[in-house]
Amino acid sequence: MNGGTRPVIITLAALGLGLLILPPVALILRAVTGFAHPDGLLGWPLVSALSLSLGTTAFSMGVVVILGLPLAYAFARYEFPLKRLLNLLVELPIVMPPIVAGLALLMAFGRRGLLGPPLETVGITLPFSTAAVIVAQVFVSMPFFVRAAQIRFESIPRELEEAASIDGAGSWRVFWHVTLPLSGTGLLAGLVLSWARALGEFGATILFAGNLQGKTQTMPLLIYGVLERDLNAALWAGLILVGLALGALGAVRWLGRQLGERADLLADL
Amino acid sequence: MLLTLAGCGAGTPSGAGDEVIVFAAASLTDAFEELSGAFEASHSGVTVIRNYDSSSSLAIQLIEGASADVYASANWRQMEVAQEEGRIAGEPVSFATNRLVVLVPAANPAGITSLADLALPGLRLVLAAPSVPVRDYTDRMIESLAADPAYGPAYREAIYANLASEEHSVRQVVAKVALGEADAGIVYVSDVTPDVADRVLRIEIPEPYNVLATYPVGVVSNAPNPELAQEFIRFLLSEEGQAVLARWGFGPAPSGG
Repeated sequence: MNGGTRPVIITLAALGLGLLILPPVALILRAVTGFAHPDGLLGWPLVSALSLSLGTTAFSMGVVVILGLPLAYAFARYEFPLKRLLNLLVELPIVMPPIVAGLALLMAFGRRGLLGPPLETVGITLPFSTAAVIVAQVFVSMPFFVRAAQIRFESIPRELEEAASIDGAGSWRVFWHVTLPLSGTGLLAGLVLSWARALGEFGATILFAGNLQGKTQTMPLLIYGVLERDLNAALWAGLILVGLALGALGAVRWLGRQLGERADLLADL
Repeated sequence: MLLTLAGCGAGTPSGAGDEVIVFAAASLTDAFEELSGAFEASHSGVTVIRNYDSSSSLAIQLIEGASADVYASANWRQMEVAQEEGRIAGEPVSFATNRLVVLVPAANPAGITSLADLALPGLRLVLAAPSVPVRDYTDRMIESLAADPAYGPAYREAIYANLASEEHSVRQVVAKVALGEADAGIVYVSDVTPDVADRVLRIEIPEPYNVLATYPVGVVSNAPNPELAQEFIRFLLSEEGQAVLARWGFGPAPSGG
């Protein structure tokens, strides 16, 4: 590389840096300066949306762990037909445009969806319910966790598990005492990323769950909804989400350093 | 919005002036599609760039600096929001009117046959979000029903208790009903376009309770192309423009508006 390319690299790098850093900085600045004139919406709707967001994402993460852990383990340890194809499909929601995810959820669980009528006969109608918010969050966020968990499980030598079972441990005990502790940090990092994705979920929620304060209006929906009535409230809601996202990112980095493979973790996810 | 900004970046405020950027209320979508085509046909070399959204979203886009020539709102309140922020040049004029109607899915899962049925417990009613013009008109309609002893304040409470979702624009309400997810929605008469007519049923709202929605249009201040903007508005008010609007279910511009 000759000397002339260095200024070019630095200029382009600075432009890229500015593009990535300026918007969040502008958001923070405008939110903070706008705080001098708090409007009515800063109060209850914000509290309601924040508690709904935190509550639903906590519930979703429970579901993600309960369903995602066995799923990741099965992909890492068992052989079954169509495994590669199924593994690909499991990761599809990561790259699926959110609004398409919402449409897909409607086609599956909507009133006229594939499972809508049978669900309705047992008294369950998902659309416009808090449960729909959770289904949307699980759908878009579980793949992040499954992927991280699968990678961790695959990195654990089978000999370790085999040795433990030769020593007389049952398969559940092997998982609980050997596999899980060895992959714990990686699983947690995957869960944090999964949570951040669930917290930011918007497109699938607005289409599948609708928008009602206290019931389905999570933080991203509140921002979209109040933007035209109360920019300050939207900015503050945005600021809170940026803060939480930053916290999640910091946690993943920290967990990665604990693992000694930070770069690897983030590259995977 | 991004598309719009990108679109006007390409054009220049002066010179050839072959683009006119029109921000129009979501309910105007179908009518303005046809009107734009007719306007382009009678003004060779002119392209009408359309941006449809709820009037309240369009107003905020204008306030935040989106470049546009014409703003057509579904009520005067959102036009005034844009005016108060200095985004409208000159005096807007009313160019069309509309009425409300209750929409239910063709299968009518909740068995709604009258306005009174909207208060049935457990019904899933979808309305537009507050500040969207159709919601303002809907709230006014519900108020006038509540003021009538035949319905009363309990009716108003029951209706709002049935609220399942507050959508971003009137067309989102139509979509939720046409999909069969909502039991009922309240939209404009003009929203029952041929595209959705076979998937929905209309429940008429009687005259004493119905509300006359009035649509104003104005030239945006610092419009890239104010002459074409004026021309477009003249076209809206012309016999031809009014005929297109009427075909899509809109009433005529109120006299003296």
